Amino acid sequence: MKMERPQARSLPKAPTGIQGLDDITEGGLPRGRPTLICGGPGCGKTLLAAEFLIRGATQFDEPGVLITFEETGEELAQNVRSLGFDLDALVQQNKIAIDFIRVERSEIAETGEYDLEGLFLRLGLAIDSVGAKRVVLDTIESLFGGFDNQAVLRSELRRLFRYLKDRGVTAVITGERGERTFTRQGLEEYVSDCVILLDHRVNEQVSTRRMRIVKYRGTTHGTNEYPFLIDENGFSVLPLSGLQLDHEVSNERVSSGIPGLDAMLDGKGYYRGSSVLVSGTAGTGKTSLAAHFAQESARRGERCLYLAFEESPQQLMRNMRTIGVDLAPHVKKGTLRLHSARPSLHGLEMHLVQIHKMVSEFKPAAVVIDPISNFIDNSTAIEAQAMLLRLVDFLKAKQITAVFTHLTSGGHALEATDIGISSLIDTWLLLRDIELGTARSKGLYVLKSRGMPHSREIREFVVTPRGIELKQVTGKAGKGKRKK
Amino acid sequence: MNPANGTAGEKWNLRLYTAGQSPKSLAALDNLKRMCEQHLPGRYTIEVVDLLKNPRLAKDDQIVAIPTLVRKLPEPLRRIVGDLSDTERALVGMQLRQQK
Repeated sequence: MKMERPQARSLPKAPTGIQGLDDITEGGLPRGRPTLICGGPGCGKTLLAAEFLIRGATQFDEPGVLITFEETGEELAQNVRSLGFDLDALVQQNKIAIDFIRVERSEIAETGEYDLEGLFLRLGLAIDSVGAKRVVLDTIESLFGGFDNQAVLRSELRRLFRYLKDRGVTAVITGERGERTFTRQGLEEYVSDCVILLDHRVNEQVSTRRMRIVKYRGTTHGTNEYPFLIDENGFSVLPLSGLQLDHEVSNERVSSGIPGLDAMLDGKGYYRGSSVLVSGTAGTGKTSLAAHFAQESARRGERCLYLAFEESPQQLMRNMRTIGVDLAPHVKKGTLRLHSARPSLHGLEMHLVQIHKMVSEFKPAAVVIDPISNFIDNSTAIEAQAMLLRLVDFLKAKQITAVFTHLTSGGHALEATDIGISSLIDTWLLLRDIELGTARSKGLYVLKSRGMPHSREIREFVVTPRGIELKQVTGKAGKGKRKK
Repeated sequence: MNPANGTAGEKWNLRLYTAGQSPKSLAALDNLKRMCEQHLPGRYTIEVVDLLKNPRLAKDDQIVAIPTLVRKLPEPLRRIVGDLSDTERALVGMQLRQQK
């Protein structure tokens, strides 16, 4: 729970400008102090540090210095270019200064007393040259490979961190994760203000990046592990558990796109901002039902994001055309966005981060996820439930109406969703095979729908070339009277 | 003495990077002069670069530790870090003496 506290008590912070990171740190990194970012190889330390610097220079008018010990300036510029940052331009505009410090043991013989004054002079020069407010040292531990005298190195490191504080710069120091310590050389001894740990885990061949704030002296911060994503726009961190059940509630109703279904839901359809689950066995028409909703949203001129995890956009559009749902014009107009991805492409949380990002960019009024069951198959029940909870919360907080489809396997009782998400769902529609006299047909019923009087009948669910129609099932005759 | 490198007429071009008049820098210069007089009389030049006066050169010449001695000539370039008080290691580092 976030409490209202007097502002004076909290530490001054330097915003990173990185989506999500400023949320979990409640404002950014400690201003004028060093922060340690550590993690194993390839976890994104350097990129995070570089993005902190670049966003500082571009968004917060805080020039920066990058001291790199491992990559040359050109290599680094190339690496961050793939994230959409032009480091060279910033260097030319005098907003960022880069110094590549190369230490190679083979070149250096040690003969008595020395210190690292050269490093301090270079750092000082770079800071002065751009008037830097931010400094990144990546990866300072390389010095340990270049020099033998540990005692000198350690005392110089201590001096370095004091120097950074004296200069009043917000510094980020990266360090490689050690076996028992956060960094190989125990840098956490020197940096006592803020330590962020990055992690890159592979679970059943699917990788997930996670971030955790191990320590942040003098301030509250999120303590969970937060998944993050590195893509063409840089870092995004998802502050997952920050949301509470206090989002606004709308009384407005939105049509499901099927008149017969709206009729079952008190004649008006779903609540805006509610979560709808459509579950059923294979081939019962879940996608068709969701597509009706997407089309109806787009028709009203409200943006809809349709995430298809089983079909490509082309295939989905073709198939839906055969039942009279033409999505293509809406896609062309930009009111409907179809996005396909294989569920196994990323870990669960990566998908969540990605959905988060897409929603933030596209700002839809409605989201369809078809189906969510594929995620669930790829992960443990606890993970899946946690993810869906976060997703539902996130969409609700944004007042987005969400339709999830869920494939249930034939053997189970339909009502028993193995993921225990029913408590998160406001309106739950069940599609199932029913026997009407001697024929098998599809039936739909509303298992629950919070906050409205809804039909308790089973309706026959008929997919026609003009769309879905719901028919009343009357007695044993099996002949339905058409609704509307 | 058995110079491992360089024939009698070869010129030695040495550059010592210091930071002002620190004790380590002064010691390094003293030690360097002594060694050169002993092993390279009449065929060496020592250039002292004070990085406090010229910090830009620290970047250009990749200097981190101070004092650092750079043997520019004869090639190949060698770097020796420290105040050169360990004469044995200094001579080996400069390749004025073979490693035992």
